[in-house]
Amino acid sequence: MTRGSSANLGFVPEPLAQLPWKVILLVLAIGCFDLLVLYSAAGGHIRPWALSQGVRFFVLLGGAMALSRVRESTWSSISLPVYGVIILMLLGVEILGKVAGGGQRWLELGIIRLQPSELMKPFIVLACARFYEMLPPAEIRKFGAIWPPLVLIGIPAALVMLQPDLGTALMITAGGVTVMFLAGIPLRLFIGGGLAGAILAPIAFNFVLHDYQRNRILIFMDPESDPLGTGYHISQSKIAIGSGGIFGKGFLNGTQSHLDYLPEGHTDFALATMMEEWGLVGGVLLVIAWFTIIWWAVNVALKSEGRFARLTAAGLATTLFFYVSINMAMVMGMAPVVGVPLPLISFGGSSQLTVLLCIGILMSLDRQNRQQTRW
Amino acid sequence: MNRPTRLVNEVQQSYSFSRRALVLGAAQGAVAVALASRMTWLAVIENQRYQLLAESNRVNLTMIPPRRGWIIDRYGHPIANNRTDFRVDIIPDRLPKEQTDQVLKLLQQLLSLPPEQIARIQTDLKRAAGFQPVQVAENLDWDRFAAIQVRLPELPGVAPTRGYSRSYPAGPAVAHLTGYVGAASAEQYKQTKNPLFITPGFKIGKDGLEKALEEKLRGSPGAKRVEVTAHGKLVRELATRQDVPGHNQRLTIDAGLQEYAARRLGTNSGSAVVIDVTSGDLLAFVSMPAYDPNSFSDGISHLEWKMLSDNDHVPLMNKVLQGLYPPGSTVKPMNGLALLRAGVSPDDRISCGGALRVGNGIFHCHKRSGHGPLNLKQAIMASCDIYFYEMVRRLGYDQVAPVARTLGLGQKFDLPFSTQRYGTVPDSAWKLKKYKAEWTVADSLNASIGQGYVLANPIQLAVMASRIASGRSLQPRVVMSGNAPIANPLPLNPEHLAYIRDAMYGVVNQGGTGGRARLNIPGVSLGAKTGTAQVRRITMAERAGGVRSNASLPFKMRDHALFICFAPVENPRYAAAIVLEHGGHTVTNLDTPGIGRDIITYLLDRDRALKSLAEVEPTWGGDIATRMAAETAAYKSQISLVQGAQTETNATAAPTDAPAVEAATDAANSSAAAIANTAQPAEEGSREATND
Repeated sequence: MTRGSSANLGFVPEPLAQLPWKVILLVLAIGCFDLLVLYSAAGGHIRPWALSQGVRFFVLLGGAMALSRVRESTWSSISLPVYGVIILMLLGVEILGKVAGGGQRWLELGIIRLQPSELMKPFIVLACARFYEMLPPAEIRKFGAIWPPLVLIGIPAALVMLQPDLGTALMITAGGVTVMFLAGIPLRLFIGGGLAGAILAPIAFNFVLHDYQRNRILIFMDPESDPLGTGYHISQSKIAIGSGGIFGKGFLNGTQSHLDYLPEGHTDFALATMMEEWGLVGGVLLVIAWFTIIWWAVNVALKSEGRFARLTAAGLATTLFFYVSINMAMVMGMAPVVGVPLPLISFGGSSQLTVLLCIGILMSLDRQNRQQTRW
Repeated sequence: MNRPTRLVNEVQQSYSFSRRALVLGAAQGAVAVALASRMTWLAVIENQRYQLLAESNRVNLTMIPPRRGWIIDRYGHPIANNRTDFRVDIIPDRLPKEQTDQVLKLLQQLLSLPPEQIARIQTDLKRAAGFQPVQVAENLDWDRFAAIQVRLPELPGVAPTRGYSRSYPAGPAVAHLTGYVGAASAEQYKQTKNPLFITPGFKIGKDGLEKALEEKLRGSPGAKRVEVTAHGKLVRELATRQDVPGHNQRLTIDAGLQEYAARRLGTNSGSAVVIDVTSGDLLAFVSMPAYDPNSFSDGISHLEWKMLSDNDHVPLMNKVLQGLYPPGSTVKPMNGLALLRAGVSPDDRISCGGALRVGNGIFHCHKRSGHGPLNLKQAIMASCDIYFYEMVRRLGYDQVAPVARTLGLGQKFDLPFSTQRYGTVPDSAWKLKKYKAEWTVADSLNASIGQGYVLANPIQLAVMASRIASGRSLQPRVVMSGNAPIANPLPLNPEHLAYIRDAMYGVVNQGGTGGRARLNIPGVSLGAKTGTAQVRRITMAERAGGVRSNASLPFKMRDHALFICFAPVENPRYAAAIVLEHGGHTVTNLDTPGIGRDIITYLLDRDRALKSLAEVEPTWGGDIATRMAAETAAYKSQISLVQGAQTETNATAAPTDAPAVEAATDAANSSAAAIANTAQPAEEGSREATND
């Protein structure tokens, strides 16, 4: 097959020429910008964050580009087995956590420390998509189309809630439910589900959530009520963003982050660290960059032919969307603090792995589309 | 619309997917816009507010108390200055209750504080109004101060400051002149809302000139801005605005003379005032014994305050302005002027037989056997009571009172002190108004020897001496402000004044009552008048059996000893008044003529004066500081014998503020007035001294 895009770049090897370079450059830009942010967050040092984050970023980006060579059918066939393995790992975390005595979220796998709940974020999408791919279209409006995905979603969500990690459980649920929505489950079920959620939310608030999670939601409602406790995070992060103004205080000049007023300035609240120094301009550019990537992912879904590819691409687009929007909303005081990192900006290997895995899968689906549509 | 039986095929499913994906995409786009709007809201609309908050996070602003202006003497020597001081305070608002014990324990360990100090801090913390700093320790050495600085993160609410504290080099000698400084009270802060008032280390004038000259001395505070981390660690100092020190205030006081006079008063409860008769400048303004303004400015303990208020020598009272005494025979030169003015010839003689019968009362002279015939000069020199009884009986006291006022008795002077009592110069109109009673001959006779209704404070006596010496209507001043205005001549005949000065010369140099005041400086002579004021009534029975000697009486019953003088007689330069409460003329080197002589000698021949003081001072128990330390030790041992260990905790519960001290002054004052009242031979004490 010959394709237009490689015609005028004849000297580039075909596998490279097939890559969606615009998206890769965008990801690369975000990743490199992140290194500046982490360099500043460490007070102008590449240790302890910028260096390791950078090394991981480039390795994982290479990995994502490699993943783009994987065929759609392969993703489809491995999705359920991998889902099963991650469930086992989540159980392992739970058991080890009980042994070690509380709140562990990761597995020590020799060289890396893996957080299986992070991996579940893309793979719940793949597993659900795989289920609907196998389901005959005529069955979509039947009960058999609904309960298996709910079980698929419910098991990991419950395990993650036990850790306890509200943010991740919410994202797993949202990712799976989005696939169900796109698969064509009757709309009234979502409306009914929404109503049920509205009724169950207060019950869950009182009986399911841990004290600190309940507290965070209460503080979210009124951050100033506890300026030195949990509300401190939100207040200080708003101060950091607000004081940055349009153009920011300048690289390495953030006071909120450098003087430790902003807690978690390199992880969950990295957006505040960044916007204090780069201002509204930096924040809006980051929003544009991320929503361009998300819009690209939605387009990949729209252009895909196969049912698995469509649902997967749209589901992963939503996963990325939840990452970005929940974190930003939380950092700016629009949502409770639930512990969702800002993809490719917050320091941390697990979320980096997840996000670049999503992008790798999306690139592979994109490659499939190009080969089919020949443009 | 959707039937459950409806068959869904792949095309329909694909269409439904696209539609739903677009809906999802649109929703995501809306969220993107919402996020960007929120960013804009925070970073643009609310930017100023958050900038302010970030700045107040980052910058820690502390006020630097202004250095207080110095109080200097006429020659520029410091009377009150500042010394560098490392101090530690606790701001109760910033110290969480549950951490109090832990913080105090660490402070005790770092500063090696005695347990009673910890008890005082605990009491103060309980009583303090949140924002008001509670002093932990003052005058720390650098090592201990640095230890606090290093452990600061473990000491919430603890504020170490490097500042200045007030120092009075002459200590008690200037106490009643300068007053003292102290932390502002909670009421003062509430009235003004001045943040300076709750800045650790800031002191305001609480009494005396420190209080009166507060505005000039205070200056304006500086501000120190430091960048701190969230954990309170100092990152760097930002621009610091220096404080503007208060203005220095020059006084007319001669610091050396002031201290000398204070020492020369010895163990007496007394006061001394010296005036430069060319200008009215107050050269010395001494009331002894006194508190140590240095320790008062650090905050006085209950024990210290109780000791001072228990002392029968009333160290808390400013006797110069608030002590009222019957002036006794020191009014006789003034009486003489009044007699001459009324036409009495200096050569008119009265024969003193030791007693004078008026109506059915008998008035005695201090010399039982009588002085024989005397003219005015001889009467002044011998301080004969009968001469003045008889002369004033003939003239009436209404002829004398105007001259008394002209010379300053009963007058209030424009001096920067908050309380000034100005005594009484009685006459018939005054008595009618005050007591609705007619003036009697007995009243005239009592007044003629400076007893009865007549009351004066030491500064009035000094002014009287200076006006007699200069012939001018001098106004005393203590604050140096340009040249003193030339005072108007007194409305008195200069020849009369010269005659009286000569009589006062005679008191000292021609065999009068003040022979011991004779100066040992060739070519310079002193003019003076002695005085004694009874503070009890001498009964007929006692008089018959011989008047008891003062030495045999309890302290409070002894006579007051008074003295006015000026020198050189030939060309007056200095005038002075000395009043010893219950001095009783008992110990020669502690009596008024010797003190007057030495104070004047200091002005004319300093070395001689210092030498003679050095000879006698050891016999009084050492210098002022030594005697005060000994008294404190004695008092403490006595208290602990009586009350045991309990006292210390009681003492620490004391207010460290001025109102109590002021109350003590008032109490002392009223008791002095009560004593003065009992001094009237004629009638018992319904009379009251007028005061401001």
